[in-house]
Amino acid sequence: MTASHAIRAEFRGTIGKFALDAGFTAPAKGVTALFGPSGCGKTTVLRCIAGLLRINGVCEIDGEVWQDENGAFLPTYKRPLGYVFQEASLFQHLSVRRNLLFGAPRHDRSGIKGGIVFDEVVELLGINRLLDRSPRNLSGGERQRVAIGRALLSQPKLLLMDEPLSALDRATKNEILPFLERLRDHLNLPVVYITHDIAEVERLADQMVLMEKGHVIGAGPLEELQSDPSLPLAAARDAAVSFEGVVQASDEAYSLVTLKIRGGSLTAPAPPAPVGERRRIRVIAGDVSLTREAPGPSSILNVLPARVVSMKPVDSNEIIVVVALGADGDGARLLARVTRKSSEALGLSEGVGVYAQVKAVALAPGRGELG
Amino acid sequence: MKLTALATAFVAFLTSLAAPADADVTHVAVAANFTEPAKEIAALFKQKTGHEAVLIFGASGAFYTQITHSAPFEVFLSADSERPKMAVDNGFAVPDSRFTYAIGKLVLWSRVVDVTNGEAALKAGNFQKLSIANPVAAPYGTAAVETMKALGVYDALQPKIVQGNSIAQAFQFVDTRNAELGFVALSQLHAVTEGTRWEVPANLFSPIRQDAVLLRTGANSEASKAFLAFLKGPEAQAIIEQFGYALP
Amino acid sequence: MLGMPDDIWVPIKLTIELATISTLSLLVVATPLAWWLARSKAWFKEAAATVISLPMVLPPTVLGFYLLIALGPDGPGGAIASLWGARTLAFTFSGLVIGSIISSMPFVVQPIRNAFAAVGDRPLEVASTLRASPTRAFWTVALPLASPGLLTGAVLGFAHTVGEFGVILMIGGNIPGRTRVMSTAIFDFVETMRWREANLLAGGMVAFAFAVILAMILLEKRFTRAGA
Repeated sequence: MTASHAIRAEFRGTIGKFALDAGFTAPAKGVTALFGPSGCGKTTVLRCIAGLLRINGVCEIDGEVWQDENGAFLPTYKRPLGYVFQEASLFQHLSVRRNLLFGAPRHDRSGIKGGIVFDEVVELLGINRLLDRSPRNLSGGERQRVAIGRALLSQPKLLLMDEPLSALDRATKNEILPFLERLRDHLNLPVVYITHDIAEVERLADQMVLMEKGHVIGAGPLEELQSDPSLPLAAARDAAVSFEGVVQASDEAYSLVTLKIRGGSLTAPAPPAPVGERRRIRVIAGDVSLTREAPGPSSILNVLPARVVSMKPVDSNEIIVVVALGADGDGARLLARVTRKSSEALGLSEGVGVYAQVKAVALAPGRGELG
Repeated sequence: MKLTALATAFVAFLTSLAAPADADVTHVAVAANFTEPAKEIAALFKQKTGHEAVLIFGASGAFYTQITHSAPFEVFLSADSERPKMAVDNGFAVPDSRFTYAIGKLVLWSRVVDVTNGEAALKAGNFQKLSIANPVAAPYGTAAVETMKALGVYDALQPKIVQGNSIAQAFQFVDTRNAELGFVALSQLHAVTEGTRWEVPANLFSPIRQDAVLLRTGANSEASKAFLAFLKGPEAQAIIEQFGYALP
Repeated sequence: MLGMPDDIWVPIKLTIELATISTLSLLVVATPLAWWLARSKAWFKEAAATVISLPMVLPPTVLGFYLLIALGPDGPGGAIASLWGARTLAFTFSGLVIGSIISSMPFVVQPIRNAFAAVGDRPLEVASTLRASPTRAFWTVALPLASPGLLTGAVLGFAHTVGEFGVILMIGGNIPGRTRVMSTAIFDFVETMRWREANLLAGGMVAFAFAVILAMILLEKRFTRAGA
């Protein structure tokens, strides 16, 4: 029970035929993603945290006990939380403005330090011109933004989001993600965010809780979970790792940006970016190949020394190799998907020094590129 | 197999419906207040003559309307004398077949107040509600009003009057004690022992003549004519008196 | 009043008073009942719903008969009436209101129950995540969203009370100015063969019923279109 864990949730019980036995802790600030396949219990856990569903368990937020093993249970309306549902669920009989203010406290506490201000939220979410409209006349993306604003204006201490982007098409999703990133950066609020889309996790989340069939099978920083070979993430066909890098230099002539990461640096195609800017980087396992010796001139820009950390067979003829960058193997971890044949031919095993050739690096849009 | 049996039964049923009216059966529309005596008379009638009288009970007003719209009754026993007269006048009944089969006796009855001396009870007025049949719908109601006027208590009692839409309902109001007392037919008290009653002297109201008439539909029906004859006879009359009616 | 003789105008006025008071009382009683029926998981819920619907299928004479006993000195009505020195609630306007409420109840409860059920759980869950207590959620979310159903129930209740004949006949006592409403007045006119007056009142009732039902259909259309 360290102070850094602001959220503690554990639930054990059966709902119909579904058995849930899941628990996790999450920090006081930042986005914790609840991730897993459909039906694994993510929504059930979220509803338990919110008090919309009651099963045996413990739920503590920032020292406040919302539920404990001795029968204490705070009803939902007494919990200072915000909840964003998958389908906006705006009140049809109220205008956007009145929807937004529905949960806002009677006495304007937004002036209190740290309080969430109406105008700020409206600006952050870009919903200014929608204020006097009826929810019926909004697009899916607009509705969801209003729903998020409504949850925020109730001055929550915890924000719960249940697949807020799942019901939207790709274009709308990409339109809203920047808003969510801005929210994360501006607000001092813990968020538990459910999604089944790893891209959303990579863009938004700092921590991840991985669930499967009602159980938590992994929890921790995203990087760690992605490069853990015992978890299903690493074994997936589109397995990837994502981590943060700091912009070191921009090459305008060739439209390349170089970023410093733990254990080395990566160059990626991107418009010029200010030095020192933090950017999220994504490297797909299938884009990483390995050699035992430093390769000669090659079209691949990124060749980094690394050390093999672990190996795990997937399918009948491939192996996922986890390598840590840097000659000592202390740096960021990458996944490489190689054939068993190659692996044996190269004599790969734990601790062996290799060179990781990263064919493609994806960069999340920088501040200057955000809408 | 089951289907054949079903079909046979169905055909038999239809056939029975289509059978020509049995000359030994007569359909009698009977005013509701005469229900009990009518049943006994019909039973005796069957015993003595072999003819069957099928009785239908209801309100005289409704019966009259149905008769003017070809209802399948052959005989009409009304609660008043107006409707049989109208039936004859308007050609729905056989002239000269109309006669008074019973004379209604008006009774003041109560399960709450002592009405043994009815006149005194009415004059004292120690009650909140007095029940009568709606005068526009039932002759017993008219008789009740006449009685009260004759006794000089009508104006004083008028605010306390509640009307049942039939004599049966007027009885119900008193029976459930919603009205402390009420004017009902003596025949309704035939099997009743509770409460106190005062038989209203006949000179206080116009006689409640209950007339019977042979309808045009029964003009050629032996059973119908036999029933009416039986109604006038001594055995029927004994039953009628027994049930609290006076004889003409 | 309005150039009509008293024996026509007074029953009309009485009928409108009765229908208005009954409808308002019905809304107050039926709404929480409909709410409970829409949301409760009690095992006996549908049995309760059936009991409430009984007046729809029972003959008015049966209903009226039991009401007569219930309103009288042998029933709860008598106990209540004794509070002000009366013996029974039958033959009173209040008795008629009670009778109308019971006989019109199923027509009011049903549409309101359906409207609450259509609201569903989601809006109320949302409200609870926005600090609304169950009471506040009911008044500010469930009720406004269900209001078309309440309107339908009110219209049906009003129309049914206006047309109610059997029950009123059984417990009213046909007192002019107090319990002689349109339906019993028509009965009287027919019995005394005053066809002109009977037609006037009856025709008026038919026209009224037509207008009411048409209005209800149009209103419902407008509401459901707006709420879609």
